[in-house]
Amino acid sequence: MNGAGRLPAAARAIATGDRRALARTISGIENGDPAVVPVVRALYPRTGRATVVGLTGPLGVGKSSVLNVLVAHLREAGRTVGVVAVDPSSPFSGGSVLGDRIRFERAAEDTGVYFRSMASRGEEGGIAAATRQVVRLLDAAGFEVVLVETVGSGQVDLAIRDVATTRVVVLVPHLGDEVQTLKAGLFEIADVFCVNKSDLPGADLARKDLAELVSLGGARHGWSPRIVLTSALARTGVPELWEAVEAHEKFLDASGARAEEDRRRLAREIVGIVRDRVGRDAMARLEKDPELRRLLDRVASRQLDPYAAADRLYAQRARRARQR
Amino acid sequence: MKKPSRSAPIRVLIAKPGLDGHDRGAKVVARALRDAGMEVIYAGLRQTPEEIVRSAIEEDVDLIGLSILSGAHMALFPRVLELLRREKSAKIPVFAGGIIPDEDARRLKKLGVRAIFGPGTSLETIVTTARQLARGAA
Repeated sequence: MNGAGRLPAAARAIATGDRRALARTISGIENGDPAVVPVVRALYPRTGRATVVGLTGPLGVGKSSVLNVLVAHLREAGRTVGVVAVDPSSPFSGGSVLGDRIRFERAAEDTGVYFRSMASRGEEGGIAAATRQVVRLLDAAGFEVVLVETVGSGQVDLAIRDVATTRVVVLVPHLGDEVQTLKAGLFEIADVFCVNKSDLPGADLARKDLAELVSLGGARHGWSPRIVLTSALARTGVPELWEAVEAHEKFLDASGARAEEDRRRLAREIVGIVRDRVGRDAMARLEKDPELRRLLDRVASRQLDPYAAADRLYAQRARRARQR
Repeated sequence: MKKPSRSAPIRVLIAKPGLDGHDRGAKVVARALRDAGMEVIYAGLRQTPEEIVRSAIEEDVDLIGLSILSGAHMALFPRVLELLRREKSAKIPVFAGGIIPDEDARRLKKLGVRAIFGPGTSLETIVTTARQLARGAA
């Protein structure tokens, strides 16, 4: 079952730079196609090399534009870049308009960049898992830097926390109360604050406000978030932004936090996979097993509460596991 | 690769090739396709055929929609089709909308553009045709 010994054809193609194989495997991940699981598994030993940078922040702060100038900066420095841009799906139609490519410019012949748009597709926790696998594919395909852009809200933030080694929160001047409400969430994820549109008045005030928040927030593992002013429009501040990202990456190595965070992320991933399996199994048994169906009947008629039913379901599972 | 399953959303690239600043039609179509449950990768204005084909491959789309009002369709569309063939991606169906004279439309269809929608086409027709093309049923 372990595919690492002989690589599946698609895995070999991805590892050797085949863009169409990469694109199709990403679709497979998005669609939950079981056929891609052996490919992802086979490529796992080749992952963990890329610098994975998450860009998040409220709507309209210029995440796509910052991403665009950052990619240009990295390409000038000769680094290869994979991009995943996640946009929300409509909760009504399930469809989406993925517009992050509009801001994206590159030389037509430049094969050092791969850009992929992803719709969140609204499944609970699903986007985090799918994004993680897509980032791994880009890592295994040999991209030195992987940039993940997400809207800064709700579960999509979890995707950033679970995939990125350095997390950049993009803001703009005069967000005011917005920053206040985002404070708690921002501090949990930001390694670098990027105040974009800094050509507008109020940028320095925003920097000062953030500096105050940072000083109040305390350092995580001894890292105090950096604050950088950029203007994607005027193309200023971009080298400084990348310097801040690299400073954080160096800190991760020097402090030992990289290994620790990697282990924590992987533990969450393993638990997530187990939770999915146990959940699917429990759902199937609740629907099929006559004893458990009676249990559900009793919950539905309010004779039994859901916690008690869960205890019994769990106990039955443990009993059967022992019998095996 | 096999056709997307019923549950997987159709992915469609909407782009405007060449020098043409009028994108209202493309946006209206993008929105209608989204409302029909599709994932629309909106590439926007001033796309070269090379960029369009590259985007289509990277995004693994089921369908490409080109919007044009500049009159350069006889230069740009055949170039897109040719590049798709060169990139072994000729299976991705291409449809088009805009101001395209009947005579040109006939020639473009012969070259491989699968459907062409002129002014006044209902969004329903566009959505239905797009879905059929993406599912390989048209």
